[in-house]
Amino acid sequence: MCLAIPARIVELEADNAVVDAMGNRFKAKTTLLDKAKLGDLVLVHAGFAISLVDEEEAKKTWQLIAEVNDYA
Amino acid sequence: MLERIYKAQKLFDTACETLGRQINVMEVCGTHTVSIFRNGIRTTLPAGLKLLSGPGCPVCVTDQGYIDIVLQLAGRDDCLIATYGDMIRVPGKGGCLERNQPASNVRIVLSSEDALQLAKDNPDKIVVFVAVGFETTAPATAVAVKEADESNIDNFCILSGHKLVVPAMAALLAEKNNNIDAFLCPGHVSVVIGSGAFAEIVERFSRPCVVAGFEPMQIIEGLAEICRQLVDGRAELKSIYTAVVTEQGNRTAQKIIADYFEPADGYWRGLGMIEKSTLKLKDKYSRFDALERFGIIETPGEDISGCRCGEVLCGLIEPTECGLFGESCTPREPVGPCMVSSEGVCAAWFKYGPEKKHK
Ligand code: SF4
Repeated sequence: MCLAIPARIVELEADNAVVDAMGNRFKAKTTLLDKAKLGDLVLVHAGFAISLVDEEEAKKTWQLIAEVNDYA
Repeated sequence: MLERIYKAQKLFDTACETLGRQINVMEVCGTHTVSIFRNGIRTTLPAGLKLLSGPGCPVCVTDQGYIDIVLQLAGRDDCLIATYGDMIRVPGKGGCLERNQPASNVRIVLSSEDALQLAKDNPDKIVVFVAVGFETTAPATAVAVKEADESNIDNFCILSGHKLVVPAMAALLAEKNNNIDAFLCPGHVSVVIGSGAFAEIVERFSRPCVVAGFEPMQIIEGLAEICRQLVDGRAELKSIYTAVVTEQGNRTAQKIIADYFEPADGYWRGLGMIEKSTLKLKDKYSRFDALERFGIIETPGEDISGCRCGEVLCGLIEPTECGLFGESCTPREPVGPCMVSSEGVCAAWFKYGPEKKHK
């Protein structure tokens, strides 16, 4: 449950975002990330964006998650 | 990449030779634990360099007393328990949430927001949010309490099991028989508290602290940095996860924690009572505190007999040294929380460990 997933903000209204991670879309709040804007890549933990991430870092993490899922 | 691994391995060997004894590095993050096992990182290490899995999985470090309170509340007709999925299988007095409670009294949520929504949708019930997690998760809980307070959602409360990582690390090092040479610090907790938060550990206890991410090269390079410091006789704070972690961390998240919570003494599985190591709602918000609301006093729980999770979490034994491992305790039929959580050390050993004893 400590896992944080990188995802791109594809919709944003006030602090309610819809984010996309590897084609999966889900809701996330941007309350804890004042400067988050549409199109940003963010790290989402327990439904909240907690930091910005760069493209390369996000790709590495997605790859890792995909592998874990393959294995599980 | 291979070259980087070889280079790191050379450093590992040099460190073992220079120190002339076993080196123990503790990781304090469930996600690190899983990544270490999944990627076979242990197999790249010399016998003299050992990785200990510390109290880094929030479900695992939750004291038995807390679990028993959750079960007690789940048995009440007026309550609806909202919990992250990992918690529902943790055994306690009279069973676990998944099996022994009326299913209608327990709901799995993905965020504190979902728990609050449950309260809005079920005005005839008191929704109790099972708020576990470290500093990464606590801000989300604070946001929900803020919203409940501002919108006067009175049928919502939280059972705070939130914990602080740095006091636990300090408590481990304060033990005389501890065998920890250095820490691989948790990446996502650091996103919130900032890498600077570990300076206290370095200063007080002279142990290298390295903040690393979760992909295998990050972990290997984190270990290499630790070995470099140990060889030189240095103890420094270093972050190699700079793509995501800053020194100050997420100030907005820190502020909301500080606005709603205050540090309180609290119980940890295996570590016992640690001063100012847990987060309790401030008095102003006590109406959202499940303990206050139901007049419950939290006392340390009695661990399940035979389960050695406490020692596992302190790095004192490896899971396979527990007599129940792989026998009566498996991920399918877990006896202790370390086998329940996907981030639990026992579960990771069972799934990926070399000594797994599948029955
Ligand atoms: S193997 Fe099971 S019983 Fe033993 S310490 Fe781990 S979780 Fe507890």
